[in-house]
Amino acid sequence: MPEMNTASMPDIVFAILFFFMVTTTMRSETLMVKVHIPTASEVQKLEKKSLVTYINIGPPTDARLGTGTQMQLNDRFAQVGEIQDYIAQEKASMNENDQPLMTVSIKADEDTRMQYITEVKQALRQAYALKISYSARKGDN
Amino acid sequence: MAKSSRKVPGLNASSMADVSFLLLTFFLLVSNMDVDSGLARRLPPPPQTEEQTSVDVQRRNLLVVLVNSQNETMAANQHSTEWYANEAELRGEVGGKVALKDRVKEFVLNTSNSLDLPELEEQDFGAPIGVVPVTAAHVVSIQNDATTSYKAYIAVQNEVVRAYNELREEGARKYFNSSYSELTDEQKDQINKLYPQRISEAEPKNYGGGE
Repeated sequence: MPEMNTASMPDIVFAILFFFMVTTTMRSETLMVKVHIPTASEVQKLEKKSLVTYINIGPPTDARLGTGTQMQLNDRFAQVGEIQDYIAQEKASMNENDQPLMTVSIKADEDTRMQYITEVKQALRQAYALKISYSARKGDN
Repeated sequence: MAKSSRKVPGLNASSMADVSFLLLTFFLLVSNMDVDSGLARRLPPPPQTEEQTSVDVQRRNLLVVLVNSQNETMAANQHSTEWYANEAELRGEVGGKVALKDRVKEFVLNTSNSLDLPELEEQDFGAPIGVVPVTAAHVVSIQNDATTSYKAYIAVQNEVVRAYNELREEGARKYFNSSYSELTDEQKDQINKLYPQRISEAEPKNYGGGE
């Protein structure tokens, strides 16, 4: 029985490897708040991941910190007043052409009170981060 | 000169596949393919002066959608007022009420040219659409209470967006004879100009929605 020629196997594996290396995003922060995002039927996909900044809002995962709504920016808890600095910092790290296209994705727990969201929205307006997206899972409702 | 005739030994590359497989499995495990999705919205720029915060809108051009602290929804324009107790009623599945999206569509279109619905204005939208009357000044104002739950708010937002999406789909069928998702970018632009999403999210001052 003739042996199969496997000489091209590394090439194929490398091709797949490069694909995954390019598509993968290494910066996946660990969530410190419980976020169960609401479902919606009319959601749009956020096109470019590099243009998206995330704000996580929900009760802390660590029960010792209570059940009050907290906000996580990058890897730490933050107050609403810190949003402006955070947005400015994220904007500065972007390509200049991309800055107006920056989208802020609000990932908020579905039991959050709207007062908190409204405060966040006002802070985002002050920071001129006007493109926002209410993060929601695609559902049938 | 025996050295010059010596051949360079070939590099043993048989372990290359193993190494690259290891790397591949690492990236396979690390990468997450889930794409974030959501309801896109554009916030108004911050008010420059104290007086600039309120914009006068004619009463007939305004549809107030208020979500209160009990997560009930009120949709009110000059024509009529309707209350929805829960999400199923919002969608018109129970309770026999006109679904919110149908109210929004009626409000945006004003096919009957009613005096209680937004005023119609003739506008030119280019080639296949031509000059058609549209309610250019209509505003859907979504307002909420401080203790409204985010879930109820998103459900209402979703119904309003659904109304616009259905209008655009109908427009695409009427003028381009195809589904909205199959249109070219320019055609989509035309339809979006025909039915622009004029959704206003209230300034926090307006809690309660009294006009």
